[in-house]
Amino acid sequence: MARTLIHAPKTARAGEVIEIRTLIAHPMETGYRPGENGQVLPRDIIRRFSCRYNGELVFSAELYPAISANPYLVFHTVATVSGTLALTWEGDNGFAQTESLALQVT
Amino acid sequence: MNRQRAASLLAAVLLLAGAAEPQSTTKPETRRSGFADMGPAIQAIQRDDTQNPAMLWVKEGEAAWQQDIGGKPRNSCMGCHGDAALSMRGVAARYPAFDTRLQRPINLQQRINQCRERHQGAPPLAVESSGLLHLESYVAHQSRGMSMAPPDDARLTPWRERGAQWFARRMGQLDLSCAQCHDGLAGKRLAGNPIPQAHPTGYPIYRLEWQGVGSLQRRLRNCMVGIRAEPFAFGSIETVELELFLAQRARGMPLETPAVRP
Repeated sequence: MARTLIHAPKTARAGEVIEIRTLIAHPMETGYRPGENGQVLPRDIIRRFSCRYNGELVFSAELYPAISANPYLVFHTVATVSGTLALTWEGDNGFAQTESLALQVT
Repeated sequence: MNRQRAASLLAAVLLLAGAAEPQSTTKPETRRSGFADMGPAIQAIQRDDTQNPAMLWVKEGEAAWQQDIGGKPRNSCMGCHGDAALSMRGVAARYPAFDTRLQRPINLQQRINQCRERHQGAPPLAVESSGLLHLESYVAHQSRGMSMAPPDDARLTPWRERGAQWFARRMGQLDLSCAQCHDGLAGKRLAGNPIPQAHPTGYPIYRLEWQGVGSLQRRLRNCMVGIRAEPFAFGSIETVELELFLAQRARGMPLETPAVRP
């Protein structure tokens, strides 16, 4: 499991725009760099990030080799009902990680 | 309106006075952290812990601190030291320090490994390995905001003096010393990059160039490769001597760990 740092409000008013900041530990190896033995290191990147709010997709992003290691993503969504935000990172070599956040809407 | 104009005039005069002062890194008032030379974007990353990728290392270190590694007599760092926020506060500001058993100075990374070997019966972590950098980042982070306070230990003096000699010695194919750039040309530019005064106040640091966290030793080796000198080995006494001298040079400056640099 990769280490993540997620910053999001735990409570929000209905209709409020909330900001979610995410940081994940990942090498984002481009697939273009030679390693110590001169051989090109195989690509190892996160290809897709998505956020589902009670199952509904509210934000997603495609990531490419030019994105640096430990990608930091910030996005906004509108708080509607109480529930969970499921953040998913998927990438090469079967990388998949989901972190769930509870959101209380008042 | 008049007051505003007077204030801005005064500010301009002060600015001119400041610029006219001779550049010296030994006077406390002219020393500046590398943070001050960074662009606003990098400063913003360092200021905000939710953006700072080095906080990933700190969090990993926190987990490693508590982790039971099955060592004897103590199974975890926490087993002896308890809450790092209390027991490790100010520790990084005092390193490198003299180790009585080895009869030589050691830096924080070496202290962590000593502790593993002596009190946990565990094998030392490889130099510059992620496991060691996690713990070092976590321990050093506990001293953030505190002043660099190298110990007034007479036994350190000969080592510190050798560090000062390394700092002033010309090395490598480019025949440059640390002092020529970091004392003499600090504040100017090397190609497009600002030359900092080289105060080790934020280590271990997250370098965008490294795409990860590295120690002061890695940074020193980096600089030596830059001047085409053969770099000192990781963990060598020469690097610890340099670290000792740099800590003394930055005495009183606040620790920033984990810092972010380009």
